[in-house]
Amino acid sequence: MVEQPIRPASRHAVPARATGTYVICAVLLLAPFVALLWVSSYAKVSPRLFGFPFFYWYQLMWVLISAVCTYVSYVLVRRVEPRRERLEDRPGGPR
Amino acid sequence: MRPAGIDATALTIVIVLFVLVTVIGFAASRWRRAESLANLDEWGLGGRGFGTLVTWFLLGGDLYTAYTFVAVPALMFASGAVGFFAVPYTVIVYPLVFVFLPRLWSVSHRHGYVTPADFVRGRYDSRVLALAIALTGLLATMPYIALQLVGIQSVLEVMGIGGGSNTLLADLPLLVAFAALAAYTYSSGLRAPALIAFVKDILIYVVVLVAVLYIPSKLGGWGHVFDSAQAALPTHKPPGTLVPGPAGLWPYATLALGSAMALFMYPHSITAVLSTRSRDIGRRNAALLPAYSLLLGLIALLGYMALAAKVNTVGFDGKPNAQLAVPQLFADMFPSWFSGIAFSAIAIGALVPAAIMSIAAANLFTRNIYREFLRPAASPAEEARVSKLTSLVVKVGALLFVLSLDRTLAINFQLLGGIWMLQTFPAIVFGLFTRWFHRWALLAGWAVAMVYGTYQAYNVLNPITGAHFGGSSAQIPLLNGRNGYIALTAFVLNLVVAVVGTVVLRAMKVPSGRDATESGDYFADAGDPRVGPLPELAPA
Repeated sequence: MVEQPIRPASRHAVPARATGTYVICAVLLLAPFVALLWVSSYAKVSPRLFGFPFFYWYQLMWVLISAVCTYVSYVLVRRVEPRRERLEDRPGGPR
Repeated sequence: MRPAGIDATALTIVIVLFVLVTVIGFAASRWRRAESLANLDEWGLGGRGFGTLVTWFLLGGDLYTAYTFVAVPALMFASGAVGFFAVPYTVIVYPLVFVFLPRLWSVSHRHGYVTPADFVRGRYDSRVLALAIALTGLLATMPYIALQLVGIQSVLEVMGIGGGSNTLLADLPLLVAFAALAAYTYSSGLRAPALIAFVKDILIYVVVLVAVLYIPSKLGGWGHVFDSAQAALPTHKPPGTLVPGPAGLWPYATLALGSAMALFMYPHSITAVLSTRSRDIGRRNAALLPAYSLLLGLIALLGYMALAAKVNTVGFDGKPNAQLAVPQLFADMFPSWFSGIAFSAIAIGALVPAAIMSIAAANLFTRNIYREFLRPAASPAEEARVSKLTSLVVKVGALLFVLSLDRTLAINFQLLGGIWMLQTFPAIVFGLFTRWFHRWALLAGWAVAMVYGTYQAYNVLNPITGAHFGGSSAQIPLLNGRNGYIALTAFVLNLVVAVVGTVVLRAMKVPSGRDATESGDYFADAGDPRVGPLPELAPA
């Protein structure tokens, strides 16, 4: 087995394909598009929540759901990208 | 006519906070001090060293502009539900950019690209296509800077400043604000808005949180706010609705999608992204920035509170102006000292994006016009010098725009700007993933869509005044009379032309140019070896 130099990474390095992870991320990232662009599914007044018509609280709720979906995708994607020393996690950063 | 009189307490607070951010703006040149600011990486991109937190404030301050904070509730105030498209728009933009920003960051990091047009130049080996991308960005950014001034103006107007008959005296506060902005942007570059964004965003968060907790309780609760809006909206001309009707569904969805796709094509968005330290920071921020979208949703609802409070929106010119709804709501509801803070939040909120936009526009001019066509041998120091001067010219231009021309012209251009920016999406975003498209086909698609989009927007008549550029939605051809956002229709046309053109040009074996990038470039991270001065961008 060849010892892989950690850094500097080869300038030609491309991460290995990780289809499973990408499929999960695609679903997570597409969900807000489906939910919010399908306007007829939520263009109604009731049920109300704290006085907010459904149209309003539903969309505000998706702000939170979408942020969680994006964050989970971030964690998943980072796991499959080439493992490099994360400069920014070092005190002081790279510069 | 507006009641005369200036609120001295509010004015004092605005002046104090304004002086504070001016000092911060100048001091910013010493922050994370570089050996020299005399190159675009330092002046124009803040040293390419911003971390997650700075980027969060910078992008938040950049994307959620004062104009947005005034215009979105104004649209809710006037037309109801349609204004809330800002929420789905700023939700779906993040999963979208999550996918392509890391690649753009990596390839730009490796090749030293400063603008999106730099990338297009390297990827497609086409000066003309890069010029088209740069000009689109410049055209769309200039009126956007002008609109930031409109945000400041509406605050000044509510405070009772600027109504005098002497034009010079009336516009003096605006001139002073802009002179200060121009001076510290010139001396500190991107570091200035990055630091000021902290002040701006903290002020905005405080004001909005107080507003959404305090004002509804004063107005009889959220239920009552929505009920008043529901009662008032149908009486407007044209009538508004609390929830989109069947005819409003398509415009709502297409406005959200089209705006989301266009947002990160704007040069100022990309400037902020390229100023980050590593590949991950953009992605991490895609998960963190929705906090601002939540804020924007709450701000939008201020429009309904203004309806429930029946605020007076008659401006100095004696005509109702929905843009005054939110500043007037603050003036009516808050004690003087807090409305002073709220007004400062809006005014400072205009300065941050105006600074970043002028830097982005200046970088585009320097890299993709000056260096590309006028002075190929320009040194990094000369580039920085030209950029600094251009940032001044751009701001003076915006100022003249607002002072001499009708403000509706700025709004029309901003509307067109969104339509235009989306037409650079295929060259930039598709270009990040595939080299399949032919450069001339992309150029043809862009040209056709620009003409089509502009023409369609011109043909939308204002239902009340009959003026052109009356809105951003028009009938979508081939879809049974459904209405949709013109930018998106033009984008589909753009794509069709680009695909057909590519097939034809490839069949004819027209040379497609040399790609200066390679697959590995799109995954590069901080600390990876960078490519030196690029052969194709280096002096000939």
